[in-house]
Amino acid sequence: MEDIIKLQDIAVSFDGEPVLEGLNLNIKDGEFVTLLGPSGCGKTTTLRIIGGFVTPDRGDVFFHGRRINDIPPHKRALNTVFQRYALFPHLNVYENVAFGMRVQKKKKAEIDETVHRMLSLVNLKGFEKRAVSTLSGGQQQRVAIARALANNPGVLLLDEPLSALDLKLRKDMQVELKNIQKSLGITFVYVTHDQEEALSMSDTVVVMDGGRIQQIGSPQDIYNEPQNAFVADFIGESNILDGVMHEDYLVEFFGRKFKCLDSGFAPMEPVDVVIRPEDIDIVAPEKGNLVGTVTEVTFKGVHFETIVDFKGFKWLIQTTDYYAPDSVIGIVLNPEDIHIMKKSEYSGMFGDYSSYSEEFEELADPNAGLSEETAEEDDR
Amino acid sequence: MKSKSTAAPFGLWMLLFTVVPLAMVLWFAFTDENGAFTLANLFAVKDFIPTFWKSIWMGAVSTFLCLVLAYPLAYSISRTSARAQTVMVMLVMLPMWMNFLLRTYAWMSLLEDKGLINQLLTAIGLQPVHMINTDGAVILGMVYNFLPYMVIPLYSVMIKIDNRLIEAAQDLGCSGAHIFRRVVLPLSKPGIVSGITMTFVPAVSTFVITKLLGGGKDMLIGDVIELLFMGSSKNYNVGAMLSLLLMVLMVVCMTAMRFVDNQEDEMEGLMV
Repeated sequence: MEDIIKLQDIAVSFDGEPVLEGLNLNIKDGEFVTLLGPSGCGKTTTLRIIGGFVTPDRGDVFFHGRRINDIPPHKRALNTVFQRYALFPHLNVYENVAFGMRVQKKKKAEIDETVHRMLSLVNLKGFEKRAVSTLSGGQQQRVAIARALANNPGVLLLDEPLSALDLKLRKDMQVELKNIQKSLGITFVYVTHDQEEALSMSDTVVVMDGGRIQQIGSPQDIYNEPQNAFVADFIGESNILDGVMHEDYLVEFFGRKFKCLDSGFAPMEPVDVVIRPEDIDIVAPEKGNLVGTVTEVTFKGVHFETIVDFKGFKWLIQTTDYYAPDSVIGIVLNPEDIHIMKKSEYSGMFGDYSSYSEEFEELADPNAGLSEETAEEDDR
Repeated sequence: MKSKSTAAPFGLWMLLFTVVPLAMVLWFAFTDENGAFTLANLFAVKDFIPTFWKSIWMGAVSTFLCLVLAYPLAYSISRTSARAQTVMVMLVMLPMWMNFLLRTYAWMSLLEDKGLINQLLTAIGLQPVHMINTDGAVILGMVYNFLPYMVIPLYSVMIKIDNRLIEAAQDLGCSGAHIFRRVVLPLSKPGIVSGITMTFVPAVSTFVITKLLGGGKDMLIGDVIELLFMGSSKNYNVGAMLSLLLMVLMVVCMTAMRFVDNQEDEMEGLMV
């Protein structure tokens, strides 16, 4: 497939503070690409560069192979679904959706046909004459999507479109958006800080932090083969330990050697070892590769989150069986449960659950509890 | 009981400064100099009908010019940083804190046949222009004095226009002119309506400016009323009737404006 959008060596700074550094990204036609990262990672700025609202200090933007750095937003064949919708308050639902076509002076019959088709696509038939202020958040979101799609864009840019909706509605809209993307076959570039959203909707996930791309890959790749401690921690839960690679397929941590599936490291190279909490099997202490003590258990519905102390290093283990605090357990690690990563600037920053609690979880999420305005400003 | 006591200051205020003065105006308007009821004042007004028209015309022209000047000014203020906005709004207001008479006298000395502007024109070898004591000078004086009343309501509506709406319009294919016509103008309409209201009312009933910059040869309705109360002819009754009619005229104008403003909203409301 052809690359529809190409970002080459992009750099941007705001007020002397670098926001993006040396960013390269190719987006294929028809793909659902998600830019994923915490607040301030540069994902929204990347989207705004594609949309034409931010001019990069350095680097080039290509659309269908044509350089579009100097093309203003209104001449770019792409449309945006803005964070918190940005619907026109002086126009009703019909006129909001018709807006782009009215600017292009399309025929009345064509406008009428398109508006109705778009409104039925987003399940808003019969809402034509409603004032946008009378709609719920979810309905406004649908109008914003219909308004952007009515222009028949080559690429749809979506800037955290679901962040203002409640959980249930968000899940429904994820499915709907994915279906819309599939049925129209157009490229979606989607910005979010919600890793679950990214994994469930995307063909390709671009994980960003500190103005740089950390990893590009399919949701499975990103989850199963994280390239560094940041990605491993940001996508799902991870226990990350210091290890040493003795030889191909043999790693040592906690003073024991384990078989693994990774190769290509220098002999005795220090590495980060990732073990996903759901991959760990709990067994009787005498049968385990490692033995530890349960310190904390939280019921999560589908599973228990069990914190286990191994020689002072606390792991998170997700189990469907309940093990009471203070009980001694063993664990078995199979080669496919162990994933090895090269050391990076993020090594040692993540993956220890010593201070784990619900409260910390919330504090660690830069968007939780903040007002929308603040979160948005952080994000630029 | 409670609501009555909290409403008391309002009631007292209304009685002292609205009801009583209005009643007195009504009384004078419908009596003769001996205090007997008469409609003669109403008929006396017909001598002043051309003055009325002239006042409305001059008021309308200066209100329109204020709007044309204030709109881009207010818009450019509203799109700058919050810190700069405070300073810019203050600078717009600053001349208003200078005494009104002083400002108008200043214009007199600028516009005179041998005033500053004409001195400048002669100095660079151009013909002097006669400016003082013309309608143009009066309108200039009105526009200068009433401009802030137009800028402030426009500005306060425009700062509420979310920048993302402008981005959304760009995103949907709008160039600069389209953004203005399809988004900024409709969203700033409430500011236009209240700006016109705030400017037109004082402009129609203006006086002194006519005397100082217009030479007093063409009186406006405000000057006539002043003359009837303060001048040698001293006719409180006709003066009161003129004031009353001016007020009625204002109420009619304002209601019409309100109606135009609300009509679209209501139509939207009906369609829901």
